[in-house]
Amino acid sequence: MEDGRPSQPKVVDCDILIVGGGFAGCGAAFEARYWGRDLKIVVAEKAAIERSGAVAQGLSAINCYMGMRWDENKPEDFVRYVRNDLMGLSREDLVYDVARHVDSTVHMFEEWGLPIFTDPQTGRYVREGRWQIMIHGESYKPLIAEATRKAASEVHERVMVTHLLPDARDPHRVAGAVGINVRTGAFTVFRAKAVIVSAAGASHIYRPRSAGEGSGRTWYPPWATGSAYALLIQMGAEMTQMENRLVVTRFKDGYGPVGAWFLLLKAVATNAAGENFEVNRLPELRERVGKYADAKPMPTCLRNHIMLQEIQEGHGPILLHTERVLDTPEKVSIGWEDFLNMTIGQAVTWASQGIEPTKTPSELILSEPYVMGSHAVCAGAWTSGPADVAPDGYQWTYNRMTTIQGLFGAGDTVGGSAHKFSSGSYTEGRLAGKAAVAYLRDHPDAPTVPEGLLDSLQQNLFAPMERYESRRGLVTAGTVNPEILYPDQGLHRLEKIMDEYGGGVGSNYTTNAHLLERGLAHLALLRKDLEDVAARDLHQLQRAWELQHRLWTAEAVLRHTLFRQETRWPGYYYRSDFPKVDDEKWHCFVNSVYDPGTGQWKLFTRPYHALF
Amino acid sequence: MPTYVLTSKCKGCMECVRICPSDIMHIDPGQGRAYNIEPSMCWECFACVKACPEAAIEVRGYADFAPLHHRVVPTRTPERIEWKITMRDGSLKEFAYPIRTTPWGSIRPPQESPAPEGSALGSELLSFEPDYLAVEALPTLPRPASGGT
Repeated sequence: MEDGRPSQPKVVDCDILIVGGGFAGCGAAFEARYWGRDLKIVVAEKAAIERSGAVAQGLSAINCYMGMRWDENKPEDFVRYVRNDLMGLSREDLVYDVARHVDSTVHMFEEWGLPIFTDPQTGRYVREGRWQIMIHGESYKPLIAEATRKAASEVHERVMVTHLLPDARDPHRVAGAVGINVRTGAFTVFRAKAVIVSAAGASHIYRPRSAGEGSGRTWYPPWATGSAYALLIQMGAEMTQMENRLVVTRFKDGYGPVGAWFLLLKAVATNAAGENFEVNRLPELRERVGKYADAKPMPTCLRNHIMLQEIQEGHGPILLHTERVLDTPEKVSIGWEDFLNMTIGQAVTWASQGIEPTKTPSELILSEPYVMGSHAVCAGAWTSGPADVAPDGYQWTYNRMTTIQGLFGAGDTVGGSAHKFSSGSYTEGRLAGKAAVAYLRDHPDAPTVPEGLLDSLQQNLFAPMERYESRRGLVTAGTVNPEILYPDQGLHRLEKIMDEYGGGVGSNYTTNAHLLERGLAHLALLRKDLEDVAARDLHQLQRAWELQHRLWTAEAVLRHTLFRQETRWPGYYYRSDFPKVDDEKWHCFVNSVYDPGTGQWKLFTRPYHALF
Repeated sequence: MPTYVLTSKCKGCMECVRICPSDIMHIDPGQGRAYNIEPSMCWECFACVKACPEAAIEVRGYADFAPLHHRVVPTRTPERIEWKITMRDGSLKEFAYPIRTTPWGSIRPPQESPAPEGSALGSELLSFEPDYLAVEALPTLPRPASGGT
């Protein structure tokens, strides 16, 4: 091609393709290699795996560890905790499965060289909270990446995977994936017998609180673009809990984490008058959510709700009293390390604003919403559970296989499987990796990519660059062109639509059926405009496809939110037309299937089954 | 807090381009040095700052909420990370934390351990279990008869 891009596709044949080299993908590569010594296992990653995914920056804690060897917790205890925290709606078979395996993952990490805080008296890991342990985690991701590089046959970096490929004979079977190498410009085709999608959830679906260059300061990273969902939705995979978006309590502006401050350092939050505001709000909460108001510990969304009420009634700012707990040099060091290992921007915020945490409290705020599946929420694909424990209806095939044959999920991709965090996502990757090997032993024949599909995809993938060349000359210079939508312009429109119609910070997390219908209509207009999206270079081409993935994710969020006629998770979002929890009608999953043939969405419910 | 690159130090080695998770550190073709092409997609993750062999990259807090006059500078060695934080009043804080307890490159790949029995593929056990669980057996539960509610 004229601009030096290779015109021939780069074709990679493999047994197992892993899409996304974050924690879940790294776990999948490791485990697949253990069981499949002879297999070609390929990882596709849009960045470099030493610093990709949600743990690129590092972490200061592992938030999912049972401590079974010290009788600290049983997997059932974890299921009860997650059941409460998700207001009664998680796939308990998947949660249990992660919990019973996660300790082996953490012990392996420690052996590899991850520094875990250990109590010299007891020899046990230092607990931040009941499920959390403290780590010196600046190099958590490079450490895990080292094992991945050794386990995988090939790691293809700077490849943005845009679409999964269906089998020519069976559109409900996966045959691989395609993407763009944003360095060479190669159209990259992965032909695979099994695919594990371990891509990311999504930031920048909703307008962030910060503005201008500060809009990079999202809680989940800006490179989390919803590929976990968009890839699967377009294949016709069944999705669940897409309405279950996440809002997190964080230090204002810098978005530093609060876990270590509340749980380990025992700091308290008050309103501006210095009052503890949680107790006074329990009666209102019981009226709204019933029995869930008294769950211990209080569900994450309800803690958000109480803070939000306090702020809306004018009692802010909410202050976290760091100054009352930093009474030793060790605690001061732990407090700073908590940020420096995982949210360095908060340390910059303190330095720039002159906040001395030993002397002054810091403001807390509620973030904009995020769509993901590994924190205190569980959006994602409907997958089969483990054969030995899953209730009827939750197990029909290999563990973590979606409703598409040969297509597995792990991490943010798997719905209903909340509170995995880093260790649990890696563990879920291991589960999917092993299951994919078992699937391959039973299905050794390779699927076939439909003829003609690759040509049309190649043309489609690079069309924004052709468009730029053919339309740029209409205007003298600049970014205003009546025939072009640039990716950042489309992203701002998406964020505005979701903020104002889908319950973002600008609408106090509140929406209703009318607003959601309007929001969907605006998304349809945006989808039409994406036929005019243009990219002047390969970087912008990546942004164009990231925007497509975010749009698919956003549409699923609005459709699910519209279908669920209740407010299941106050503090995450509110349906003003159905403001209460309605267990009688809605203690069930909302699922959806998009039909790529007709372009129609089908929404329906699936029953909730308790594991015990 | 987007990154910036010091003209006097950058040699255009591309390390930041290779590592940036957001694909926003690029080489300016005119001067052959790196710069941040899209500050509004910078997560302030410091991956490029830590990777730069010339210490040419620093961070200036996001303009919409971070006042000027501060510095947060890491130095990463194979064993530890050191931080120098300059507060806006000019005072300096220094911290150092370990990052790894074993030599880089020392992880044993899974294929170097003995291959598992073929039948183990059908079990619920993952690699190195139950040994690495440090309990006798992998926990399980009776399947709910017809799905409880």
